[in-house]
Amino acid sequence: MDSALIPEGVNRCPIWKFLLAIAITSVVLLWGVYAMLLIYMKGLNQTNMNNAYGFALWIWADLAVIALGGGAFFTGLLRYIFGLDELKNIINYAVLIGFICYSSALLILGIDVGQPLRGWFIFWHANVHSMLTEVAFCLTCYFMVLTIEYIPLVLENRQIDRVPFFHNLSHNMHEIMAVFAATGAFLSFFHQGSLGGVSGVLFGRPFGFREHVLVWPWTFFLFTWSAAACGPCFTILITKITEAVSKKRLVKDNVYDLLAKIAGWMLTGYVIAKIIDTIYWATTTVPSMGFHFMQFYSNNALYGPWILITEVIICGALPALILINPKSRQNPKLLVIAVTLAAVGVSLNRWVMVLQVLAAPVLTFQEWVLYYPSWQEVATTILPVAYGVIMILISFRYMPIFPQEKELNPIEPPLSTAAVEETEEAPAEAAETAAEPELKPAEA
Amino acid sequence: MLPFSFEWVWDMGHYVFHGGLWYALSILGMGMTYCILKAAYDTAKGKGRHHH
Amino acid sequence: MKEANKHSEMQKFGMVIDLDKCTGCGACMVACMAENNVPFQEDETDPLLSVKWMRVYKMTNGKPYPETDICYLPRPCQHCEGQHEGHSPCVSVCPATATDYDMATGIVSQIYTRCFGCRYCMAACPYHVRLFNWYDPIWPPGMEKMLNPDISVRMRGIVEKCSFCFHRYQLAKDQAYVEGRREIEEHEYQTACTQACPADAIVFGDLNNPSHLVHQLAQPDLKHHGKPKNPKAFRLLERLGTNPKIYYMSSKKWVRLAGDNYTREELNKKRT
Repeated sequence: MDSALIPEGVNRCPIWKFLLAIAITSVVLLWGVYAMLLIYMKGLNQTNMNNAYGFALWIWADLAVIALGGGAFFTGLLRYIFGLDELKNIINYAVLIGFICYSSALLILGIDVGQPLRGWFIFWHANVHSMLTEVAFCLTCYFMVLTIEYIPLVLENRQIDRVPFFHNLSHNMHEIMAVFAATGAFLSFFHQGSLGGVSGVLFGRPFGFREHVLVWPWTFFLFTWSAAACGPCFTILITKITEAVSKKRLVKDNVYDLLAKIAGWMLTGYVIAKIIDTIYWATTTVPSMGFHFMQFYSNNALYGPWILITEVIICGALPALILINPKSRQNPKLLVIAVTLAAVGVSLNRWVMVLQVLAAPVLTFQEWVLYYPSWQEVATTILPVAYGVIMILISFRYMPIFPQEKELNPIEPPLSTAAVEETEEAPAEAAETAAEPELKPAEA
Repeated sequence: MLPFSFEWVWDMGHYVFHGGLWYALSILGMGMTYCILKAAYDTAKGKGRHHH
Repeated sequence: MKEANKHSEMQKFGMVIDLDKCTGCGACMVACMAENNVPFQEDETDPLLSVKWMRVYKMTNGKPYPETDICYLPRPCQHCEGQHEGHSPCVSVCPATATDYDMATGIVSQIYTRCFGCRYCMAACPYHVRLFNWYDPIWPPGMEKMLNPDISVRMRGIVEKCSFCFHRYQLAKDQAYVEGRREIEEHEYQTACTQACPADAIVFGDLNNPSHLVHQLAQPDLKHHGKPKNPKAFRLLERLGTNPKIYYMSSKKWVRLAGDNYTREELNKKRT
């Protein structure tokens, strides 16, 4: 039914399966939209946030998806600026994942503010010294970059590409993509960092505060670094999941291997930096404010030393070791375990740097305050996940995201209806200039 | 965002921050303008019709 | 003109609260709510959801009977000066410039119509003085007639906090202007909580003015960000470098020690 829209030379599931998947995900999406409308109409009292938790699940989700979406800028940097050409086989998907992550972050921010209609104040009345201002500007600008990087993919859809103007536009955008990618890397460096700065500058909150280099606290650099390390891991993870769901290989092993290796070394460096940061914080920063660092890991039901060990060792050092060792990272199972751990680790770090900061008492006569999200918060946080799944379903079906898919999954006996399509093209590939044979919508 | 908002100050913070911002925005704007104009020009020249 | 303004430019309003005198009656809280049109809900049992600019905390020394001792601590906004003037924890982080440090008075203001409710300032404030309007402000029928006309009410979805009754400062300035004066007297600008305190535990005035009682009580060391020279006085979380303008006084050592965090070794040293 929709075969005219499906990229040439690849197999896709029957349309009913596709529509069913979209329908099921849409139910979840609608649940999230319902919660969102409740929040818009009744206000933030629909959440379990309170005067102790001005930031909670949503801000964590924002920080986490932006870190996980970091694969887009870092892979782009490697591909376009450092010229690692093999990565062209995964960059499209990294961009798509990044696009989903960043649009989700903007959506959540739009729900999170108490007066959404005044959201533009952050731009118009910008306080340039606030980390959140930097986040808002860089995030919005970088989302523009991701949109620019995503547009050519849409334009490469078989039918859209037939329009000469769109074909030329996507070609031209590819030509100067390095410029956009460089701008994206510049913006990402600052907003990933500023997100780290959000808690790092809070000199009233000893758990989050870090010493500064110029105007930036250490967390600024740690956040950028961890996003560059764990973002590509998340890209690999989602690609692996997509392979499992579509039951076909989409990216060659050498591409995975290269990206995993770089992510591994980045993660190793990050974990070392994080350990140094933690030791310095525990032995110098915190005592100077009158605290023993174990105060932040005791006397409450949730935050114990386990969270630090899980974040830094189990979800930091362990995946780093797996990824820098060629033998272990070339084992597909270990690779998936490592990238999953890395993604969990960076998310846990973001949780700690948002929620534990607020949970720990600062005034001596106060207690820990713990929090669990309301269903409305959970639903609105799952909403972008459902949106992401739908985006991936549509993009994967109709856009040539994986350049190696055709080669890895040759269609041997051409299907009778699609026989016309499969005329020649032995070496396949040849990306955008591939001459496309005329195709009629195969309705019968 | 623009010098018209009343809390705007011409100081180092604003130079650096808005310098970076407008630099990035101009690159994106000029880049996209170039792509679109060139695509229009190419199309007028008959490019991109080879598979018809 | 410039010379005349000079004195007022150096004003720094602050408060001294004598904890020995405070009985924890809560009159300051009630006065504050009435004066500043602070909204309330039917159910005010959860302090984490309610808006109270002034809050009285109860502290104990944690010792068993008969050595048990308690102390009440009223906590308005601390109007922090920060490490350099104006660098309060909250003012520096507000992305929309919705909160401001007034260099002329040292008061940290909140611009209700500018705040868009991101709550970053709440995360930044270690004193929990910043409160969010989780609900629409609704007054029982008839009660809206008792609202203070000098204060705007706040809408749902924004942050608010103690303003040192800034509207009273403006009224006092207006009055002085009408009478041909440039300066206001100490008694002309007093906060609602100060006036309501039956025990006279709260004293308010210009910390920079040696003739004001607050200055004499706290004896702020202006070379060290106003650190109190009075050995009985202390500020909350002094070590964080927030440099608040609320000074507390207590004759009890455990109360003074409870004002800040100390490592075990430091505490042992201080206690001996």
